[in-house]
Amino acid sequence: MGKWTRRAFITTGVLTGGALVIGVAIRPGNRAGKVKDLIGGEGDTVLNIWLKVNADNTITVIVPHAEMGQGVHTTLPMMLADEMDADWKTIKMLEAPGNKEYANYALGKGFIMGPKDIPSILVGTVDGFFLTATKQISLQITGGSSSVRFTGMFAMRVAGAAARAVLLEAASEEWEVAAGELVVKNSTISHPASDRTAPFSDFVVKASKLSQPAKPRLKTSEEFTIMGTSPPRFDIPSKVDGTANFGIDVVLPNMKYAAIKASPVFGAKAKPLEASAIKDMPGVHKIVNLEGAIAVIADGYWLAKKALNTLPVEFDKSAHDTTGQSDIYDRYLQDMDTALAEGNEEKDVKKGSIKNIFKKATNVIEAEYRVPYLAHATMEPMNCTALVKEDGCEIWVGSQNPLGFANSVAEVLDLDQEKVVVHNQYLGGGFGRRSVPDVAIQAALISKEVDYPVKLIWSREEDIRQDHYREANISRFKASLNDKGQIDAWNNQFVFKHDPEEAPHIPYGVDNQFIHYTNSETHIPWGYWRSVDSSMHAFFTESFMDELAFKANIDPYQFRRDHLTNAPRFLKVLDLAAEKSNWGEALPANWGRGISLHESFGTIVAQVAEIEIVEDTLKVHRVVCAADPGFVFHPDGFNAQMESGIVFGLTAALYGEISIEKGAVKQSNFHDYQMLRMPESPKIETYIITSDNWPGGGGEPSTPCIAPALTNAIFNASGIRIRELPVKNHELKADSKILG
Amino acid sequence: MKLNINNTIHDVDLDPATPLLWVIREQVGLTGTKFGCGIGQCGACTVQLDGLAIRSCLTPIQAATDKEITTIEGISDQDSGLHALQKAWIEEQVPQCGYCQSGQILSAHSLLTQNTSPTDEDIDQAMSGNICRCGTYSRIKSGIKLAAEELRNTATTKILNNG
Repeated sequence: MGKWTRRAFITTGVLTGGALVIGVAIRPGNRAGKVKDLIGGEGDTVLNIWLKVNADNTITVIVPHAEMGQGVHTTLPMMLADEMDADWKTIKMLEAPGNKEYANYALGKGFIMGPKDIPSILVGTVDGFFLTATKQISLQITGGSSSVRFTGMFAMRVAGAAARAVLLEAASEEWEVAAGELVVKNSTISHPASDRTAPFSDFVVKASKLSQPAKPRLKTSEEFTIMGTSPPRFDIPSKVDGTANFGIDVVLPNMKYAAIKASPVFGAKAKPLEASAIKDMPGVHKIVNLEGAIAVIADGYWLAKKALNTLPVEFDKSAHDTTGQSDIYDRYLQDMDTALAEGNEEKDVKKGSIKNIFKKATNVIEAEYRVPYLAHATMEPMNCTALVKEDGCEIWVGSQNPLGFANSVAEVLDLDQEKVVVHNQYLGGGFGRRSVPDVAIQAALISKEVDYPVKLIWSREEDIRQDHYREANISRFKASLNDKGQIDAWNNQFVFKHDPEEAPHIPYGVDNQFIHYTNSETHIPWGYWRSVDSSMHAFFTESFMDELAFKANIDPYQFRRDHLTNAPRFLKVLDLAAEKSNWGEALPANWGRGISLHESFGTIVAQVAEIEIVEDTLKVHRVVCAADPGFVFHPDGFNAQMESGIVFGLTAALYGEISIEKGAVKQSNFHDYQMLRMPESPKIETYIITSDNWPGGGGEPSTPCIAPALTNAIFNASGIRIRELPVKNHELKADSKILG
Repeated sequence: MKLNINNTIHDVDLDPATPLLWVIREQVGLTGTKFGCGIGQCGACTVQLDGLAIRSCLTPIQAATDKEITTIEGISDQDSGLHALQKAWIEEQVPQCGYCQSGQILSAHSLLTQNTSPTDEDIDQAMSGNICRCGTYSRIKSGIKLAAEELRNTATTKILNNG
């Protein structure tokens, strides 16, 4: 990995109307390699603008991330405003347009220089390059729990601090007093000695001519006045009165609507339909034959959908027409066995020698776990509105990756990327799904056939059956316990590996480890799903830890503690969850507690689930969640994300199952792809450990822990060990006798 | 065909079987009511017919012609601005992505019209038809309780003032 060789600096300017703008520019330094292609001229390239001090002393913060309910449109401006000592009441937020000028330099910098790797959701989607600085700069992605960790830390805070520094210097010059005598507060600068006070806006012209400090001093957490508080989110008022505009709400002059049906067997081609097939359908305008789908354009969505339902839509035969879920699992097992036999498995972690240990071991435990495919099922079904003209294309969509969408649309329309304009809207749920541009590509191809804008809406059935799925997986474990109840060797094999890299790794001090995986061929499309690989590996590793604790005859909390020999942050989080959940206190008959611990996206989480089995019905009463995300910038928002992630993970653990039948997804809507509802929703308590450690993510890290906390609790209550999700497929029976 | 939506009469010339949802969104242009599943399973399309919460994705317009239709755009109080539920939703910072919240608020509104002091079980029951994929259920519940209290206080004040 190369060092960041170009010099980045902060730049300013004044816009007409007297607004000071502050952004980040990059000065060509080392022009080697791919980087030089990015920087066309010899001059400085302004990559983005982060803030504007307006003439009326209000401040506009420009945020390069999409709002999908995670609160980023509020938290990022907070980070900037605090460093600037701005008046929070006058802060406005503007989402940056999907444009290269606003691409996310901070992410690139985070990747190259930061303490953490950029999650892979942030790469590989724009064009050919992969994991290069050049590439990162042309990204503007919301995902991987990255907004605060990278954009916030590298861009927002620095821009705010730099703005404060130049305004202070300008005031010092203007008033001919030492900068040290000035006080900055609530968007004003005052000089107490001479009793003078003036708004920031009085100094913007002078400030814009000053050179910027390359590394402005950032506040310590004790100095924060806005960061670490929970002001109301900017986006909420529009979400209680129906005025928030989601992608599906876009209205354009002369717009028509399209419904679509794609091949249920992924990859199969659609048989083209004659244009005349709709001639007797009033209000229905056109059939568009795409390679793998048929779309119908009509005056309204319902008309389009009704027409589509009556058309004889057929698809070609495909090699996958007979593939079922068990074939996929059989293939996994075969590939895992073959990889083992041939010794060509992909190595993930190799420590010590498990072979030597297993040779002599007397207490060897093995287990195999399975998880099914999962769909995202965002509340807002996939949709996109497109208008294709001769010289370009405009799309209106809620996207986690507007630049990636622009690039994909440009490619299928054979246009330059600059000719595609993305108008990003609120996202009715993202969870990773809205980083895939499939619906935008379809909308553009449909709109290309007509001279008016078309809003393409997927039915819920399309949404469930044409997703990019969290994969089904199998994870096999073999471990040995010594006579002190310690794990001597840990062998783990699974299929596929994506992101985050550490998902299958354990925080426990085990000297001999071999963690490895193999790839397997499948025709089911894969996609980022909230917490990605951690959504399954926490279930695998933390279930197995529980099984080992049982075999060692040690309390599962104590067993984890005993193995956290060199992980003080993990230990603190685990202890907090145990303490708050009254771990060890007696429960009524048929109740159980389960504990789990997992780090993802820089945040360590431990959870305790408290459940009851009433006859054959499971009731999840309470979930205690302890988290160490380093510093928390918006505690109420962080709590909301923890709650959200737990409900999302619990939904999957209890009900989530996408299964493949005859090459296609069997489930189709909420009646057979069930969601957790209010009556089943447990009481959730979140406890945060805050520190000056590098901030971790908020959107994803609470999802992984809930499945193992739940199934470990079921074991505690009933002795039934669930090794395959979802729980709904298992017959539960309260029977504490099994545990002796 | 005439539809009375939020006390405004709209003339529509459409197939009487057309679901109310699409007429509200596309013909009338009130986009606060959302499409979620099309089979009455998720509640995103919830509106009220004569004060009762219904799923507009399954309700043909012919079944709504002689009724008062209320959508999220129609529940604010003309005198005091936002409805108590909307204020409570802001106070409790309920929405995340926000897509399901119009439907949640309309279901809650229907509940509070019939039951001014709902218990947790009443709320569970009334809200079980509305899915929130962001999992904001506990905040929705708090919001309903807060709004119920506010409405009860307002009602008491009115009685006292009138008495």
